[in-house]
Amino acid sequence: MPLKSRHLLGLEGVPKEDIQLILDTATTFREVLERPIKKVPTLQGKTIVNLFYENSTRTRISFELAEKRLSADSINFAVSSSSVSKGESFKDTIRNIEAMKVDMVVVRHSAAGAPLFLTQICDANIINAGDGIHEHPTQALLDMYSIREKLRKLEGLKVCIVGDIAHSRVALSNIYGLMTMGAEISVCGPLTMIPRYIEDLGVKVIHDIDEAIQENDVLNVLRIQLERKAREYFPSIREYAKYFGITEERLEKNGKDILILHPGPINRGVELSSGVADGLNQIILQQVTNGVAIRMAVLYLLGTLK
Amino acid sequence: MKIILKNINVIHPEQKINVKNVDILLTDGIISKIGKLSKEELNDAEVIDLTDKIVVPGFFDMHVHLREPGREDEETVITGCNSAANGGFTGIACMPNTEPAIDSAEVVEFIRKHASNHLVEIQVIAAATLGRKGEVISPMAELQEAGAVAFSDDGAAIKTAGILKRTLEYSKMFNLPIIEHCEDESLAGGAMNEGINSTMLGLPPIPSIAEDLIVMRDIIVSEYTGGKIHIAHISTKKAVEMVREAKKKGLNVTAEVTPHHFSLSDDAVKTYDTNTKMNPPLRTKKDVEEILKSLKDGTIDCIASDHAPHSLEEKEAEFEHAPNGIIGLETLIGLALTELYHKKILTLEEIIEKISINPRKILNLPIPNFSEGAEANFTILDLNEIWTVDLNRSKSKSKNSPFDKRLLTGKAVAVINKKRMFYQDKFINL
Repeated sequence: MPLKSRHLLGLEGVPKEDIQLILDTATTFREVLERPIKKVPTLQGKTIVNLFYENSTRTRISFELAEKRLSADSINFAVSSSSVSKGESFKDTIRNIEAMKVDMVVVRHSAAGAPLFLTQICDANIINAGDGIHEHPTQALLDMYSIREKLRKLEGLKVCIVGDIAHSRVALSNIYGLMTMGAEISVCGPLTMIPRYIEDLGVKVIHDIDEAIQENDVLNVLRIQLERKAREYFPSIREYAKYFGITEERLEKNGKDILILHPGPINRGVELSSGVADGLNQIILQQVTNGVAIRMAVLYLLGTLK
Repeated sequence: MKIILKNINVIHPEQKINVKNVDILLTDGIISKIGKLSKEELNDAEVIDLTDKIVVPGFFDMHVHLREPGREDEETVITGCNSAANGGFTGIACMPNTEPAIDSAEVVEFIRKHASNHLVEIQVIAAATLGRKGEVISPMAELQEAGAVAFSDDGAAIKTAGILKRTLEYSKMFNLPIIEHCEDESLAGGAMNEGINSTMLGLPPIPSIAEDLIVMRDIIVSEYTGGKIHIAHISTKKAVEMVREAKKKGLNVTAEVTPHHFSLSDDAVKTYDTNTKMNPPLRTKKDVEEILKSLKDGTIDCIASDHAPHSLEEKEAEFEHAPNGIIGLETLIGLALTELYHKKILTLEEIIEKISINPRKILNLPIPNFSEGAEANFTILDLNEIWTVDLNRSKSKSKNSPFDKRLLTGKAVAVINKKRMFYQDKFINL
């Protein structure tokens, strides 16, 4: 059964069967990654461009590795800043790349909607590797994969996304994907970091981290982007850590076995205490491996569409 | 030259004229007679049959951005005037956010001189502060002597309440309005209206209170000084409610709305089409409902296009990086007739008031006179022509509009002004 769309721009509107298919396909590739020879010839002859308008070592490496494992030819195209300061317009860049006869484009861009714009001016399959504060579908898929791996299901689970929801592309993709799979979603963070009207998506808003720990099966803790303007949305790192940071004491106090995910890299002592971070090392590294498998699944499913 | 507009209906709400199926005889652009013409009068005149069409006082768009001086690649005074004529206007007022800004008598004169031979009358809105920087008030006395009809820092609000107070006090001496783009600077900078759509699209939001706060400030300062304030492109429910209250108190406050703010909501942004990016942004359906209501109850005085030409290269960018604004001179009348007249929100008389009479009253300009002996200043409407917007046929130099391919009912078929006629895509000297 093929995917319904020839692009992966986000998880909004992606049907349950498609998410299921991606997760199941990733299971197969996950197993490939455990083999001594971790390469399959599936996408031999396909050319994939990783078009990164924003720095992202982790996501880019994960995609690149996934492409190599599938035997595709991949090219990295990194643009340090957006088209505005660069002189060449986004459209011209895309036209240039398309002229190189590529089959797929993996795009990371600081502006929301850039991947959709790409589908309008270019014939390749487009995969969104994060657009502005909009979506980051492969990250959400790997989060879902990791949760399913640990808890054996997604349906009926209560998942809370913790942190700067307003400036996160991971949050929105998680919300769409997990809700489609039947999970119950809440978000927790300072109200300055919760987008208005998010309840309209069917999401509960919590601003007490203890309540979030009490009520949920899974916490997906986002990285506080200390280097970005998100820093203006809370008074101090100390205050954030004190009221929203997850510490051993907090977990102990709530006496609960809870699955904690983090897309990395962790700010130790801010959103997670060092102790909690160390305890999580296992799953966070598993998330990284799962990320390769998920990206292989997405590339494979889109790359082999007729 | 004698011209007869045959079998036409004439409506002029201000002069209480409403007659059907008459002829108008124009001699060298002057109204010689309105009524039934005798055989002799028909002699050696060119007859244009306009059965079922309606003559109304020439339409006036009081919010137009011409890009001259500065960005002549996007629009010039002349292409803007051509676009206005093609859209059914006999007059426009242009905003001062050019490069350099219209903050000196020389620039006012430069623009007025440029269009002096054109059918379309051009009025100039000068900057309220030097360079539109919000620091020092512009030389208003000199500007108005050069012909400026209002003052505005459009593109942004006048920076501080202190400077606003001064501009209102100073402009009061000439009874000229301050036109305000209402947006609080500290809440500005987003790409679309804050709401569920901005959350779902991941676009930086502009909260509606950015507009509301400045509307509130402006009403208060206007009440205090007694100066005339005109709210440009009003777009939020709350702002409309405040203007309604201010009018009840008899304050010197007027307001305009753009066709896009009464015909589109922020749902239109869902495709990330940069032609849905404007400032103020498209608001929610609730705001649109309130705007329709306030057009009816008179809270909103006029309809203006906020015609804002941008080059294709600039608009073909990422949504967040694309400039704000759309062209609108050639779709305003069609949208007003389709969305307001045919949907029975406004009567034709009310539409004429909002696109012809009221903007001129706000700017202290004479209203076209339909008496015999007066110079003809007409817009001729066909209320029922069904047509499709085709940007390729637009007279504007820019093509940034979300209304391309939109089906509309009703348009202007001709305009007459300054002894010239624009009809069937041609300018004719009368």
